[in-house]
Amino acid sequence: MTNRSATQRPGAVQSLIERILPPITLGSGFVGVWYLLSYGLLEPRRRFLLRPPHEVVQVGFLDWDNLSDILLSLWSSTKVAMIGLAIAICIGFVLAILMSQAKVVERAIFPFMVTLQAIPILAIVPLIAFWFGTGQRSRVVVCVIISLFPIIVNTLFGLQSADRGLHDLFTLHHAGRVTRMRKLMFPAALPAIFAGLRISAGLSVIGAIVGDFFFGKGDAGIGQLLRRYANQLQGEELLAAVIMSSALGVTVFLSFGWLQQRAIGRWHETTTGVD
Amino acid sequence: MESDRIGPETGSLAFEETGMVFPDGTEALQDVSFTVDQGEFVTVVGPSGCGKSTLLKIASGLLEPTSGSVHADRDQLGYVFQDPTLQDWRTVQGNVELLAELHGVESQERKRIATAAIELVGLSGFEGHYPKALSGGMKMRCSLARSLTLKPPVFLFDEPFAAVDEITREHLNDETQRLFRTEGFAGLFITHSISEAVFLSTRVLVMSNRPGRIVEEFNINFDYPRLPELRFDPSFAELCGEVSLKLRGAHA
Repeated sequence: MTNRSATQRPGAVQSLIERILPPITLGSGFVGVWYLLSYGLLEPRRRFLLRPPHEVVQVGFLDWDNLSDILLSLWSSTKVAMIGLAIAICIGFVLAILMSQAKVVERAIFPFMVTLQAIPILAIVPLIAFWFGTGQRSRVVVCVIISLFPIIVNTLFGLQSADRGLHDLFTLHHAGRVTRMRKLMFPAALPAIFAGLRISAGLSVIGAIVGDFFFGKGDAGIGQLLRRYANQLQGEELLAAVIMSSALGVTVFLSFGWLQQRAIGRWHETTTGVD
Repeated sequence: MESDRIGPETGSLAFEETGMVFPDGTEALQDVSFTVDQGEFVTVVGPSGCGKSTLLKIASGLLEPTSGSVHADRDQLGYVFQDPTLQDWRTVQGNVELLAELHGVESQERKRIATAAIELVGLSGFEGHYPKALSGGMKMRCSLARSLTLKPPVFLFDEPFAAVDEITREHLNDETQRLFRTEGFAGLFITHSISEAVFLSTRVLVMSNRPGRIVEEFNINFDYPRLPELRFDPSFAELCGEVSLKLRGAHA
Protein backbone atom coordinates (compact mmCIF):
# COMPACT_ATOMS: atom_id res chain seq x y z
CA MET A 1 0.00 0.00 0.00
CA THR A 2 2.77 2.37 0.87
CA ASN A 3 4.38 1.46 -2.41
CA ARG A 4 1.27 2.16 -4.40
CA SER A 5 0.88 5.59 -2.89
CA ALA A 6 4.56 6.28 -3.46
CA THR A 7 4.13 5.96 -7.21
CA GLN A 8 1.38 8.55 -7.11
CA ARG A 9 3.53 11.19 -5.50
CA PRO A 10 5.48 13.64 -7.56
CA GLY A 11 9.03 12.43 -7.93
CA ALA A 12 7.75 8.92 -8.48
CA VAL A 13 9.90 8.55 -11.58
CA GLN A 14 12.94 9.53 -9.59
CA SER A 15 12.15 7.05 -6.84
CA LEU A 16 11.62 4.34 -9.47
CA ILE A 17 15.04 5.11 -10.90
CA GLU A 18 16.56 5.04 -7.45
CA ARG A 19 15.05 1.64 -6.93
CA ILE A 20 15.95 -0.08 -10.19
CA LEU A 21 19.24 1.59 -11.00
CA PRO A 22 21.36 -0.24 -8.38
CA PRO A 23 20.31 -3.79 -9.36
CA ILE A 24 20.65 -2.93 -13.07
CA THR A 25 24.15 -1.61 -12.48
CA LEU A 26 25.15 -4.66 -10.51
CA GLY A 27 23.54 -6.96 -13.10
CA SER A 28 25.44 -5.29 -15.95
CA GLY A 29 28.63 -5.61 -13.96
CA PHE A 30 27.90 -9.29 -13.52
CA VAL A 31 27.41 -9.80 -17.27
CA GLY A 32 30.64 -7.86 -17.86
CA VAL A 33 32.58 -10.19 -15.56
CA TRP A 34 30.98 -13.13 -17.32
CA TYR A 35 32.26 -11.89 -20.71
CA LEU A 36 35.65 -11.27 -19.16
CA LEU A 37 35.83 -14.82 -17.89
CA SER A 38 34.56 -16.30 -21.16
CA TYR A 39 36.86 -14.42 -23.47
CA GLY A 40 39.69 -13.31 -21.24
CA LEU A 41 40.33 -16.20 -18.93
CA LEU A 42 39.31 -19.26 -20.92
CA GLU A 43 41.27 -20.22 -23.98
CA PRO A 44 39.04 -21.01 -27.00
CA ARG A 45 39.22 -24.78 -26.67
CA ARG A 46 38.08 -24.60 -23.05
CA ARG A 47 35.42 -21.98 -23.69
CA PHE A 48 32.66 -24.61 -23.59
CA LEU A 49 32.98 -24.40 -19.78
CA LEU A 50 31.50 -20.93 -19.73
CA ARG A 51 29.83 -19.77 -22.91
CA PRO A 52 29.48 -16.02 -23.29
CA PRO A 53 26.04 -14.60 -22.46
CA HIS A 54 24.89 -13.88 -26.01
CA GLU A 55 25.50 -17.49 -27.06
CA VAL A 56 23.54 -18.73 -24.07
CA VAL A 57 20.66 -16.47 -25.10
CA GLN A 58 20.93 -17.55 -28.73
CA VAL A 59 21.03 -21.28 -28.10
CA GLY A 60 19.00 -21.52 -24.96
CA PHE A 61 16.29 -18.90 -25.41
CA LEU A 62 16.03 -18.07 -29.09
CA ASP A 63 16.11 -21.63 -30.40
CA TRP A 64 12.50 -22.75 -30.01
CA ASP A 65 13.35 -26.48 -29.83
CA ASN A 66 15.63 -25.93 -26.86
CA LEU A 67 13.40 -23.36 -25.23
CA SER A 68 10.31 -25.55 -25.47
CA ASP A 69 12.28 -28.44 -23.92
CA ILE A 70 13.27 -26.21 -21.03
CA LEU A 71 9.80 -24.72 -20.58
CA LEU A 72 8.03 -28.08 -20.66
CA SER A 73 10.28 -29.65 -18.06
CA LEU A 74 10.12 -26.48 -16.01
CA TRP A 75 6.34 -26.70 -16.08
CA SER A 76 6.48 -30.33 -14.97
CA SER A 77 8.72 -29.39 -12.04
CA THR A 78 6.47 -26.45 -11.16
CA LYS A 79 3.49 -28.78 -10.89
CA VAL A 80 5.46 -31.13 -8.65
CA ALA A 81 6.59 -28.23 -6.45
CA MET A 82 3.08 -26.81 -6.11
CA ILE A 83 1.49 -30.19 -5.30
CA GLY A 84 4.24 -30.83 -2.75
CA LEU A 85 3.78 -27.38 -1.26
CA ALA A 86 0.00 -27.82 -1.05
CA ILE A 87 0.41 -31.12 0.79
CA ALA A 88 3.04 -29.60 3.09
CA ILE A 89 0.67 -26.71 3.88
CA CYS A 90 -2.13 -29.11 4.80
CA ILE A 91 0.08 -31.31 6.98
CA GLY A 92 1.84 -28.27 8.46
CA PHE A 93 -1.39 -26.49 9.37
CA VAL A 94 -2.89 -29.57 10.99
CA LEU A 95 0.25 -30.28 13.02
CA ALA A 96 0.74 -26.65 14.05
CA ILE A 97 -2.88 -26.32 15.13
CA LEU A 98 -2.67 -29.54 17.15
CA MET A 99 0.58 -28.36 18.73
CA SER A 100 -0.97 -24.98 19.58
CA GLN A 101 -3.83 -26.65 21.44
CA ALA A 102 -1.80 -28.63 23.94
CA LYS A 103 1.75 -28.16 25.13
CA VAL A 104 2.14 -31.92 25.47
CA VAL A 105 1.44 -32.41 21.75
CA GLU A 106 4.01 -29.74 20.93
CA ARG A 107 6.59 -31.42 23.16
CA ALA A 108 5.85 -34.76 21.51
CA ILE A 109 6.00 -33.64 17.89
CA PHE A 110 8.60 -30.91 17.85
CA PRO A 111 11.78 -33.00 18.31
CA PHE A 112 10.79 -35.15 15.35
CA MET A 113 10.18 -32.11 13.21
CA VAL A 114 13.63 -30.80 14.07
CA THR A 115 15.09 -34.19 13.23
CA LEU A 116 13.27 -34.28 9.91
CA GLN A 117 14.60 -30.82 9.17
CA ALA A 118 18.14 -31.83 10.10
CA ILE A 119 18.30 -34.81 7.70
CA PRO A 120 20.14 -33.76 4.55
CA ILE A 121 17.67 -34.25 1.74
CA LEU A 122 20.28 -35.97 -0.45
CA ALA A 123 20.73 -38.61 2.22
CA ILE A 124 17.12 -39.70 2.15
CA VAL A 125 16.58 -39.48 -1.58
CA PRO A 126 17.73 -43.11 -2.05
CA LEU A 127 15.43 -44.16 0.76
CA ILE A 128 12.53 -42.36 -0.86
CA ALA A 129 13.29 -44.03 -4.18
CA PHE A 130 13.42 -47.34 -2.33
CA TRP A 131 9.99 -46.83 -0.77
CA PHE A 132 8.07 -44.81 -3.30
CA GLY A 133 9.82 -45.70 -6.56
CA THR A 134 11.34 -43.18 -8.88
CA GLY A 135 8.15 -41.65 -10.31
CA GLN A 136 6.15 -38.48 -9.70
CA ARG A 137 5.19 -39.60 -6.22
CA SER A 138 8.76 -39.57 -4.97
CA ARG A 139 9.37 -36.12 -6.43
CA VAL A 140 6.38 -34.82 -4.50
CA VAL A 141 7.53 -36.54 -1.31
CA VAL A 142 10.88 -34.75 -1.52
CA CYS A 143 9.07 -31.42 -1.88
CA VAL A 144 6.86 -32.13 1.10
CA ILE A 145 9.77 -33.12 3.34
CA ILE A 146 11.88 -30.14 2.40
CA SER A 147 9.12 -27.53 2.70
CA LEU A 148 7.25 -28.80 5.74
CA PHE A 149 9.41 -27.44 8.54
CA PRO A 150 9.18 -23.68 7.88
CA ILE A 151 5.40 -23.97 7.56
CA ILE A 152 5.02 -25.79 10.87
CA VAL A 153 7.42 -23.56 12.79
CA ASN A 154 6.04 -20.29 11.45
CA THR A 155 2.41 -21.31 11.78
CA LEU A 156 2.95 -22.51 15.35
CA PHE A 157 4.87 -19.36 16.23
CA GLY A 158 2.10 -17.26 14.69
CA LEU A 159 -0.67 -19.10 16.51
CA GLN A 160 1.16 -18.61 19.79
CA SER A 161 1.80 -14.94 19.12
CA ALA A 162 -1.79 -13.81 19.69
CA ASP A 163 -1.99 -11.07 22.30
CA ARG A 164 -2.40 -12.20 25.94
CA GLY A 165 -4.93 -9.46 26.60
CA LEU A 166 -7.07 -10.63 23.70
CA HIS A 167 -6.87 -14.17 25.03
CA ASP A 168 -8.11 -12.86 28.38
CA LEU A 169 -10.90 -11.03 26.60
CA PHE A 170 -11.97 -14.22 24.82
CA THR A 171 -11.85 -16.06 28.15
CA LEU A 172 -13.98 -13.41 29.83
CA HIS A 173 -16.60 -13.82 27.15
CA HIS A 174 -16.59 -17.61 27.29
CA ALA A 175 -15.22 -18.24 23.81
CA GLY A 176 -14.64 -21.91 22.94
CA ARG A 177 -11.55 -23.43 21.33
CA VAL A 178 -12.90 -23.21 17.79
CA THR A 179 -13.95 -19.57 18.15
CA ARG A 180 -10.62 -18.72 19.73
CA MET A 181 -8.81 -20.37 16.84
CA ARG A 182 -10.99 -18.84 14.14
CA LYS A 183 -11.34 -15.33 15.46
CA LEU A 184 -8.10 -14.85 17.34
CA MET A 185 -5.23 -17.26 16.87
CA PHE A 186 -5.49 -17.92 13.15
CA PRO A 187 -5.84 -14.32 11.97
CA ALA A 188 -3.08 -13.28 14.37
CA ALA A 189 -0.89 -15.98 12.84
CA LEU A 190 -1.35 -14.86 9.23
CA PRO A 191 1.75 -12.64 8.95
CA ALA A 192 3.95 -15.43 10.31
CA ILE A 193 2.20 -18.01 8.14
CA PHE A 194 2.95 -15.99 5.03
CA ALA A 195 6.58 -15.58 6.07
CA GLY A 196 6.77 -19.38 6.35
CA LEU A 197 4.95 -19.91 3.06
CA ARG A 198 7.43 -17.81 1.13
CA ILE A 199 10.38 -19.74 2.52
CA SER A 200 8.63 -23.06 1.90
CA ALA A 201 7.56 -22.15 -1.63
CA GLY A 202 11.18 -21.49 -2.54
CA LEU A 203 12.29 -24.69 -0.85
CA SER A 204 9.68 -26.79 -2.62
CA VAL A 205 10.99 -25.56 -5.98
CA ILE A 206 14.45 -26.67 -4.89
CA GLY A 207 12.94 -29.95 -3.72
CA ALA A 208 11.28 -30.51 -7.09
CA ILE A 209 14.55 -29.95 -8.95
CA VAL A 210 16.67 -32.03 -6.58
CA GLY A 211 14.11 -34.84 -6.58
CA ASP A 212 13.85 -34.76 -10.34
CA PHE A 213 17.61 -34.91 -10.64
CA PHE A 214 17.60 -38.33 -9.03
CA PHE A 215 14.32 -39.87 -10.15
CA GLY A 216 14.15 -41.00 -13.75
CA LYS A 217 10.61 -42.24 -14.17
CA GLY A 218 7.49 -40.19 -14.82
CA ASP A 219 7.48 -36.78 -16.47
CA ALA A 220 11.04 -35.56 -16.69
CA GLY A 221 11.43 -32.21 -15.01
CA ILE A 222 14.09 -29.57 -15.12
CA GLY A 223 16.43 -31.69 -12.98
CA GLN A 224 16.57 -34.45 -15.58
CA LEU A 225 17.16 -31.87 -18.28
CA LEU A 226 20.01 -30.26 -16.33
CA ARG A 227 21.56 -33.66 -15.91
CA ARG A 228 21.27 -34.44 -19.61
CA TYR A 229 22.73 -31.09 -20.68
CA ALA A 230 25.62 -31.53 -18.26
CA ASN A 231 26.34 -35.07 -19.46
CA GLN A 232 26.31 -34.01 -23.09
CA LEU A 233 28.45 -30.93 -22.43
CA GLN A 234 25.73 -28.62 -23.79
CA GLY A 235 27.01 -25.58 -21.92
CA GLU A 236 24.65 -23.02 -23.46
CA GLU A 237 21.52 -25.05 -22.79
CA LEU A 238 22.77 -25.93 -19.33
CA LEU A 239 23.22 -22.29 -18.37
CA ALA A 240 19.89 -21.36 -19.92
CA ALA A 241 18.17 -24.08 -17.90
CA VAL A 242 19.89 -22.91 -14.71
CA ILE A 243 18.77 -19.33 -15.38
CA MET A 244 15.21 -20.50 -15.98
CA SER A 245 15.24 -22.55 -12.77
CA SER A 246 16.24 -19.52 -10.74
CA ALA A 247 13.61 -17.50 -12.58
CA LEU A 248 11.06 -20.05 -11.42
CA GLY A 249 12.26 -19.70 -7.82
CA VAL A 250 12.07 -15.91 -8.02
CA THR A 251 8.62 -16.03 -9.61
CA VAL A 252 7.30 -18.29 -6.87
CA PHE A 253 8.82 -16.07 -4.18
CA LEU A 254 7.33 -12.92 -5.71
CA SER A 255 3.92 -14.54 -6.23
CA PHE A 256 3.67 -15.41 -2.57
CA GLY A 257 4.79 -11.90 -1.66
CA TRP A 258 2.03 -10.56 -3.87
CA LEU A 259 -0.47 -12.95 -2.33
CA GLN A 260 0.59 -11.83 1.13
CA GLN A 261 0.17 -8.19 0.17
CA ARG A 262 -3.31 -8.94 -1.14
CA ALA A 263 -4.31 -10.98 1.89
CA ILE A 264 -2.98 -8.99 4.82
CA GLY A 265 -1.39 -5.85 3.37
CA ARG A 266 -4.37 -3.75 4.40
CA TRP A 267 -3.75 -4.23 8.10
CA HIS A 268 -0.21 -5.47 8.42
CA GLU A 269 3.01 -3.62 7.64
CA THR A 270 5.19 -6.12 5.84
CA THR A 271 8.22 -6.19 3.68
CA THR A 272 7.10 -8.39 0.85
CA GLY A 273 10.05 -8.10 -1.47
CA VAL A 274 7.55 -7.00 -4.15
CA ASP A 275 8.58 -3.38 -4.38
CA MET B 1 -13.25 0.35 56.95
CA GLU B 2 -16.62 -0.91 55.87
CA SER B 3 -16.36 -4.65 56.06
CA ASP B 4 -19.58 -4.64 58.08
CA ARG B 5 -21.76 -3.92 55.06
CA ILE B 6 -20.38 -6.55 52.74
CA GLY B 7 -22.39 -9.35 51.30
CA PRO B 8 -23.10 -10.88 47.93
CA GLU B 9 -26.40 -9.01 47.64
CA THR B 10 -24.98 -5.55 48.26
CA GLY B 11 -23.35 -4.05 45.22
CA SER B 12 -22.39 -5.28 41.81
CA LEU B 13 -18.90 -6.08 42.91
CA ALA B 14 -17.81 -7.11 46.39
CA PHE B 15 -14.43 -8.23 47.70
CA GLU B 16 -14.58 -10.12 50.97
CA GLU B 17 -11.28 -10.47 52.79
CA THR B 18 -9.76 -11.36 49.47
CA GLY B 19 -6.17 -12.54 49.50
CA MET B 20 -3.90 -13.71 46.72
CA VAL B 21 -0.66 -15.61 47.05
CA PHE B 22 0.93 -16.66 43.77
CA PRO B 23 2.44 -20.15 43.38
CA ASP B 24 5.94 -18.66 43.59
CA GLY B 25 5.12 -17.38 47.11
CA THR B 26 4.55 -13.73 46.20
CA GLU B 27 1.74 -12.35 48.30
CA ALA B 28 -0.01 -9.87 46.04
CA LEU B 29 -3.14 -9.08 48.04
CA GLN B 30 -3.98 -9.36 51.71
CA ASP B 31 -7.37 -9.11 53.28
CA VAL B 32 -8.96 -6.76 50.76
CA SER B 33 -12.60 -5.90 51.44
CA PHE B 34 -14.72 -3.33 49.66
CA THR B 35 -17.78 -3.08 47.45
CA VAL B 36 -18.65 -1.14 44.35
CA ASP B 37 -22.32 -0.42 43.83
CA GLN B 38 -24.17 0.45 40.68
CA GLY B 39 -23.59 4.14 40.04
CA GLU B 40 -20.32 4.15 41.97
CA PHE B 41 -16.95 4.84 40.43
CA VAL B 42 -14.21 3.53 42.68
CA THR B 43 -10.56 4.07 41.90
CA VAL B 44 -7.69 2.19 43.47
CA VAL B 45 -4.37 4.03 43.57
CA GLY B 46 -1.19 2.47 44.81
CA PRO B 47 2.51 2.08 44.21
CA SER B 48 3.40 0.09 41.12
CA GLY B 49 3.65 -3.62 41.70
CA CYS B 50 1.31 -3.52 44.69
CA GLY B 51 -1.20 -5.90 43.14
CA LYS B 52 -3.68 -3.47 41.64
CA SER B 53 -3.97 -5.38 38.37
CA THR B 54 -4.29 -8.63 40.29
CA LEU B 55 -7.33 -7.10 41.96
CA LEU B 56 -9.03 -6.67 38.59
CA LYS B 57 -8.05 -10.11 37.37
CA ILE B 58 -9.71 -11.53 40.46
CA ALA B 59 -12.77 -9.33 40.03
CA SER B 60 -13.17 -10.56 36.46
CA GLY B 61 -12.66 -14.20 37.31
CA LEU B 62 -9.46 -14.53 35.29
CA LEU B 63 -7.74 -15.40 38.58
CA GLU B 64 -9.14 -17.26 41.57
CA PRO B 65 -8.26 -15.68 44.92
CA THR B 66 -6.37 -17.95 47.30
CA SER B 67 -8.34 -16.72 50.30
CA GLY B 68 -11.57 -14.86 50.88
CA SER B 69 -14.03 -14.44 48.03
CA VAL B 70 -15.30 -12.04 45.44
CA HIS B 71 -18.81 -11.53 44.16
CA ALA B 72 -19.30 -9.88 40.82
CA ASP B 73 -21.95 -9.54 38.19
CA ARG B 74 -19.74 -11.10 35.52
CA ASP B 75 -22.32 -11.81 32.90
CA GLN B 76 -21.38 -9.03 30.53
CA LEU B 77 -18.36 -7.59 32.18
CA GLY B 78 -16.60 -4.58 30.73
CA TYR B 79 -12.84 -4.82 30.98
CA VAL B 80 -10.46 -2.23 29.54
CA PHE B 81 -6.85 -3.35 29.61
CA GLN B 82 -3.64 -1.36 29.91
CA ASP B 83 -3.13 -1.81 26.17
CA PRO B 84 -5.92 -1.25 23.67
CA THR B 85 -5.65 -4.99 22.71
CA LEU B 86 -7.29 -4.41 19.35
CA GLN B 87 -7.28 -7.00 16.58
CA ASP B 88 -5.01 -5.60 13.87
CA TRP B 89 -6.92 -7.45 11.17
CA ARG B 90 -10.24 -5.87 12.00
CA THR B 91 -11.33 -2.33 11.29
CA VAL B 92 -12.59 -0.10 14.08
CA GLN B 93 -16.11 -1.29 13.28
CA GLY B 94 -15.02 -4.95 13.34
CA ASN B 95 -13.13 -4.54 16.59
CA VAL B 96 -16.07 -2.88 18.31
CA GLU B 97 -18.40 -5.64 17.09
CA LEU B 98 -16.18 -8.40 18.48
CA LEU B 99 -17.81 -8.93 21.88
CA ALA B 100 -21.33 -8.88 20.50
CA GLU B 101 -20.11 -11.42 17.97
CA LEU B 102 -18.75 -13.67 20.73
CA HIS B 103 -22.12 -13.46 22.45
CA GLY B 104 -23.89 -14.49 19.26
CA VAL B 105 -25.71 -11.23 18.57
CA GLU B 106 -26.95 -11.25 14.98
CA SER B 107 -25.25 -9.04 12.45
CA GLN B 108 -27.81 -6.23 12.00
CA GLU B 109 -28.12 -5.66 15.73
CA ARG B 110 -24.35 -5.96 16.15
CA LYS B 111 -23.79 -3.29 13.59
CA ARG B 112 -26.29 -1.01 15.26
CA ILE B 113 -24.82 -1.26 18.76
CA ALA B 114 -21.28 -0.93 17.43
CA THR B 115 -22.17 2.21 15.52
CA ALA B 116 -23.76 3.66 18.66
CA ALA B 117 -20.71 2.82 20.78
CA ILE B 118 -18.35 4.29 18.19
CA GLU B 119 -20.36 7.48 18.22
CA LEU B 120 -20.32 7.54 22.03
CA VAL B 121 -16.51 7.58 22.14
CA GLY B 122 -16.26 10.09 19.30
CA LEU B 123 -14.75 7.80 16.68
CA SER B 124 -17.46 8.30 14.04
CA GLY B 125 -15.91 8.55 10.61
CA PHE B 126 -13.13 6.12 11.49
CA GLU B 127 -15.22 2.94 11.28
CA GLY B 128 -13.28 1.66 8.29
CA HIS B 129 -9.81 2.38 9.65
CA TYR B 130 -7.45 -0.37 10.72
CA PRO B 131 -5.70 -0.01 14.09
CA LYS B 132 -2.34 0.66 12.43
CA ALA B 133 -3.78 3.94 11.13
CA LEU B 134 -4.99 5.12 14.57
CA SER B 135 -3.19 7.17 17.21
CA GLY B 136 -2.70 5.80 20.73
CA GLY B 137 -5.63 7.79 22.07
CA MET B 138 -7.92 6.67 19.26
CA LYS B 139 -6.99 3.04 19.81
CA MET B 140 -7.93 3.44 23.46
CA ARG B 141 -11.27 4.99 22.46
CA CYS B 142 -11.87 2.05 20.16
CA SER B 143 -11.10 -0.31 23.04
CA LEU B 144 -13.54 1.62 25.25
CA ALA B 145 -16.23 1.43 22.58
CA ARG B 146 -15.72 -2.33 22.31
CA SER B 147 -16.34 -2.75 26.05
CA LEU B 148 -19.39 -0.48 25.92
CA THR B 149 -21.27 -2.57 23.34
CA LEU B 150 -22.52 -5.06 25.90
CA LYS B 151 -23.82 -2.34 28.26
CA PRO B 152 -21.76 -3.79 31.09
CA PRO B 153 -23.20 -3.41 34.58
CA VAL B 154 -19.65 -3.69 35.94
CA PHE B 155 -16.78 -1.93 34.24
CA LEU B 156 -13.15 -2.65 35.11
CA PHE B 157 -10.37 -0.33 33.97
CA ASP B 158 -6.76 -1.45 34.32
CA GLU B 159 -4.66 1.73 33.98
CA PRO B 160 -6.16 2.27 30.56
CA PHE B 161 -4.70 5.71 29.88
CA ALA B 162 -1.18 5.21 31.23
CA ALA B 163 0.39 5.16 27.79
CA VAL B 164 -1.18 8.27 26.25
CA ASP B 165 0.01 11.85 26.58
CA GLU B 166 -1.31 14.19 29.28
CA ILE B 167 -3.76 16.15 27.11
CA THR B 168 -5.21 13.03 25.50
CA ARG B 169 -5.46 11.52 28.95
CA GLU B 170 -7.51 14.44 30.22
CA HIS B 171 -9.81 14.19 27.21
CA LEU B 172 -10.25 10.49 27.77
CA ASN B 173 -10.95 11.15 31.45
CA ASP B 174 -13.67 13.65 30.51
CA GLU B 175 -15.21 11.07 28.25
CA THR B 176 -14.94 8.22 30.73
CA GLN B 177 -16.75 10.40 33.23
CA ARG B 178 -19.45 11.21 30.67
CA LEU B 179 -19.87 7.50 29.89
CA PHE B 180 -20.14 6.74 33.59
CA ARG B 181 -22.89 9.36 33.85
CA THR B 182 -24.86 8.11 30.86
CA GLU B 183 -24.34 4.36 31.31
CA GLY B 184 -24.54 4.22 35.10
CA PHE B 185 -22.30 1.20 35.51
CA ALA B 186 -20.36 0.21 38.63
CA GLY B 187 -16.81 1.26 37.80
CA LEU B 188 -13.59 -0.03 39.28
CA PHE B 189 -10.63 1.92 37.98
CA ILE B 190 -6.92 1.31 38.55
CA THR B 191 -4.37 4.06 38.09
CA HIS B 192 -1.30 5.59 39.63
CA SER B 193 -2.29 9.10 38.62
CA ILE B 194 -3.81 10.80 41.65
CA SER B 195 -5.49 13.62 39.74
CA GLU B 196 -7.06 11.09 37.38
CA ALA B 197 -8.35 9.14 40.38
CA VAL B 198 -9.82 12.18 42.12
CA PHE B 199 -11.31 13.61 38.94
CA LEU B 200 -13.16 10.47 37.94
CA SER B 201 -14.24 8.82 41.16
CA THR B 202 -16.94 8.83 43.75
CA ARG B 203 -14.44 7.07 46.02
CA VAL B 204 -10.67 6.65 45.98
CA LEU B 205 -9.00 3.73 47.75
CA VAL B 206 -5.30 3.87 48.57
CA MET B 207 -3.46 0.60 48.41
CA SER B 208 -0.27 -0.24 50.29
CA ASN B 209 2.94 -1.71 48.99
CA ARG B 210 2.99 -5.47 48.48
CA PRO B 211 1.14 -7.31 49.88
CA GLY B 212 -1.57 -4.91 48.75
CA ARG B 213 -4.04 -3.82 51.41
CA ILE B 214 -6.55 -1.00 51.35
CA VAL B 215 -5.08 1.52 53.78
CA GLU B 216 -7.32 4.53 53.26
CA GLU B 217 -10.58 5.54 51.68
CA PHE B 218 -11.54 8.98 50.40
CA ASN B 219 -15.04 9.99 49.44
CA ILE B 220 -14.95 12.44 46.56
CA ASN B 221 -17.97 14.67 46.78
CA PHE B 222 -17.66 16.95 43.75
CA ASP B 223 -20.90 17.15 41.78
CA TYR B 224 -21.23 15.53 38.38
CA PRO B 225 -20.84 16.48 35.63
CA ARG B 226 -17.31 17.48 36.56
CA LEU B 227 -15.92 20.08 34.23
CA PRO B 228 -12.29 20.03 33.08
CA GLU B 229 -11.77 23.26 35.08
CA LEU B 230 -12.31 21.30 38.28
CA ARG B 231 -8.68 20.25 37.99
CA PHE B 232 -7.64 23.83 38.82
CA ASP B 233 -9.95 24.16 41.81
CA PRO B 234 -8.11 24.65 45.15
CA SER B 235 -10.28 22.06 46.91
CA PHE B 236 -9.42 19.58 44.13
CA ALA B 237 -5.72 20.25 44.64
CA GLU B 238 -6.12 19.92 48.38
CA LEU B 239 -7.81 16.53 48.05
CA CYS B 240 -5.11 15.36 45.64
CA GLY B 241 -2.56 16.44 48.23
CA GLU B 242 -4.22 14.36 50.91
CA VAL B 243 -4.36 11.27 48.70
CA SER B 244 -0.76 11.86 47.72
CA LEU B 245 0.30 12.05 51.36
CA LYS B 246 -1.40 8.72 52.10
CA LEU B 247 0.17 7.19 49.04
CA ARG B 248 3.63 8.29 50.20
CA GLY B 249 2.89 6.59 53.48
CA ALA B 250 1.91 3.49 51.57
CA HIS B 251 5.15 3.58 49.64
CA ALA B 252 7.25 3.62 52.80
